[in-house]
Amino acid sequence: MSDLEVQAELAAHSSQSRQAGPARRLGVAEGAAGVFALFLLVAAVAPTLLAPGDPLHIDPLSAFQSPNFAHGFGTDESGRDIYTRVVHGTQYSLVIGATATVIGLGLGIVLGTLAGMLGRVVDFTVNRFLEVLFAFPGLLLALLFIVIFGPGVATATIAVGLSTAPGYARIIRAQLRTVRSAAFVEAATVLGRTRWQVLLRHILPNTLAPLFVLATLGIGQAIVWAATLSYLGLGAEPPTAEWGAMLSAGRTYITSAWWMSFFPGLFIVLTAVTATVLGRSIDRRMRHA
Amino acid sequence: MAEPVGPRGATLRVVLRVLGRLAARLGGAVFVLWAVASVTFFAVRLIPGDPAQAVLGGPGSQASPEALAAVSSEYGFDQPVIVQYLTQLGRLSTGDLGRSYALNMDVGPLVLSQLGSTVLLAVLALTLAWLLALALATWSTRGGTIAFRVGSSLEIVAAALPHFWLATSLIVVFSIWLGVLPPISTSGVAGLVLPVLTLAVPLAGFLGQIMRESLQVALESPFVLSARARGESERGVRWVHALRHASLPAISLSGWAFGSLISGAVVVETIFARPGLGRTLLNAVTLRDVPVVIGVVMIVAVTYILMTLLTDAASRLVDPRLRLL
Repeated sequence: MSDLEVQAELAAHSSQSRQAGPARRLGVAEGAAGVFALFLLVAAVAPTLLAPGDPLHIDPLSAFQSPNFAHGFGTDESGRDIYTRVVHGTQYSLVIGATATVIGLGLGIVLGTLAGMLGRVVDFTVNRFLEVLFAFPGLLLALLFIVIFGPGVATATIAVGLSTAPGYARIIRAQLRTVRSAAFVEAATVLGRTRWQVLLRHILPNTLAPLFVLATLGIGQAIVWAATLSYLGLGAEPPTAEWGAMLSAGRTYITSAWWMSFFPGLFIVLTAVTATVLGRSIDRRMRHA
Repeated sequence: MAEPVGPRGATLRVVLRVLGRLAARLGGAVFVLWAVASVTFFAVRLIPGDPAQAVLGGPGSQASPEALAAVSSEYGFDQPVIVQYLTQLGRLSTGDLGRSYALNMDVGPLVLSQLGSTVLLAVLALTLAWLLALALATWSTRGGTIAFRVGSSLEIVAAALPHFWLATSLIVVFSIWLGVLPPISTSGVAGLVLPVLTLAVPLAGFLGQIMRESLQVALESPFVLSARARGESERGVRWVHALRHASLPAISLSGWAFGSLISGAVVVETIFARPGLGRTLLNAVTLRDVPVVIGVVMIVAVTYILMTLLTDAASRLVDPRLRLL
C-alpha cells in the first residue's frame, strides 16, 4: 500500500461512517478548511494582497525579532518578515504540489488504464511492475531519483510525482475493474453500444469522478513530501521562501528563534489537514449524490 | 490421477496448498528483489559523468587519467555493461553489496552496522503508535458524539504532521524550553523518547482512524450482541470480541507503516543526529555514493517484502476466516 491508498481508504471509510451525517450539511471542519483553502489560493495568486512586503527584503537591524505587532510571525536571521515569506511561499508549495500531483496522477492514469482495460497479460505485467515500485516505500523512490538527476526544485517535484504514481495507478486500476463489471455497463453492452461508446460514456465518467478526491488528498501529500525534500536540502534552497526551505534555514537558529521553524511548519500542517478534510468532504458528497 | 479422499487426503491437500502458496510467495519475493536490483543498476547508469570520477571525489578533484583508469579497472567500470550487470547480480546473490565510493569501506558491513539502530527505532515507534491508536479508538467509541469528534479530529491532525516539523517542535518544547529531554539521540533511553514520539504520533493518527472505524462496525455486529446476551461484561466484549476485528485492518496496514517509518527515519535520524539507515541513506544521496544508496535500498526492499509476508501471516493468525481461502 502507499500513503495515497491509505488516505483514499480512510476517506471512503469516513464517508460511509454513521457519524458522517447528512451530505448537505456543512460541518465546522469543512467550513474552516474551505476558508483556509481560499486564503491559500489568494496567497498563491496574489500574495501582495495579503502581505504587501518583499519576501526577500533584508533588514539586519530587525533580525531575530520574536512575533510582535510589526512582525506577526517574527523575523529571520536577516530581518526578513516571516509572515510575508510564508504567504509568498504558498505559491511555491502549491505549484510544486500541484505539478507533482499532475505527474503522479497522469502516470497513474496511463498505467491504471492499461492494466484495467487491456488484456490479462498487460494487467499482469503492469501489476508486477507496480509491485517492484512498491518495494521502494515512501520517499525511497524519490531519493533514488534525486541521486541520479541531482537535487533541485525541478527534480524534487518530478521525484515526488514519480513516487506517488504507483499508488494512483493501483487505485485507478481497481476502480476501472469495479466499474467495468457494474450492471449499468453490462446493460449498455447488451443494448448494443460499441466498446468505445461504453468506455467514453459509462466507464470513464464513473472512474474520473473519484479522481477529484484522489487529487485533493494527493496534493496535500505531495506538498508535505516536497517540503520534506527541501528540508533535507534536496529541493528548494534558502533563501527561497518555500516552506520546507524556510524550516531548513530555521534549523540553525532553533535554540533561539523557534518562530522561524514554527510558522512555515504550521502552514504545511494546515494545508495537509485542509486537503484531507476537503478530500473527504468531496468523497462524501459524491457517494451520497 | 484420482483426488485423494478421506481425512488423510484432505490434510495432504491442505499441506500441498500451503506449500504451493508459500512457493508462489517466495518466487514473487525473489522476482521483486531481482527487479529492484536491476532497476537500481540501470537507473544508476543514467547518472551523467564517469563513475570513476565519483569515486575520486567528483569532477572538482581533477584526478589524473592514470588514477581514473586505475579506479575504472578496480571497480570494473571498464567492462561492458552486461558484464557489470551480471557481476553485480552475482555479488548481490552472495550478499556482497560492493564498496562505498565515499567511505572507503564495504557497503554490507556498513549497512548492517546501521540496521539495528533503525530497527529499534521503528519497532518502538510502531508499538507506541499501536498503543496510542488503541487508546484513542477505544476511548472515542466509548464516549458520546463529542468524544468521537475530538478523537477523529485529533487523528486527522496527527496524521497530517510532517516528521520534520513535529521533531523540531518537540525539540523546542522538551529540550530547549523545559530542558528535560536531549535534542540529540546518540545513546541512552532518554535520547530515544523524542525520535520515537516523532515517528509514532503521525502513524497513530492513521492507525487510530482505521481502528475506530472497524471497532465501531464490530461493536454493532451480531456476534457482539450475542456475546452481550450471553452476559459477557462490557470489558470482555470490547477487548476480546470487538478488538480482534478492529485490529485486522490495522495489521494489514503494518506493511505500509513500515515503509512510512523508513521514510520517517531518514528525517528523524538526521534531525536527532542519530546513527541509522535513514541518515546513512541521506548522506549517500547527498554525496552521490551510489553503492551505499543501492545497498540501503536493497536492505529496505528485503525487509519490506518480509514485512508483507509477516503481516499476511499475522492476519491469518488473528482472523481464522482467512485460513480457508
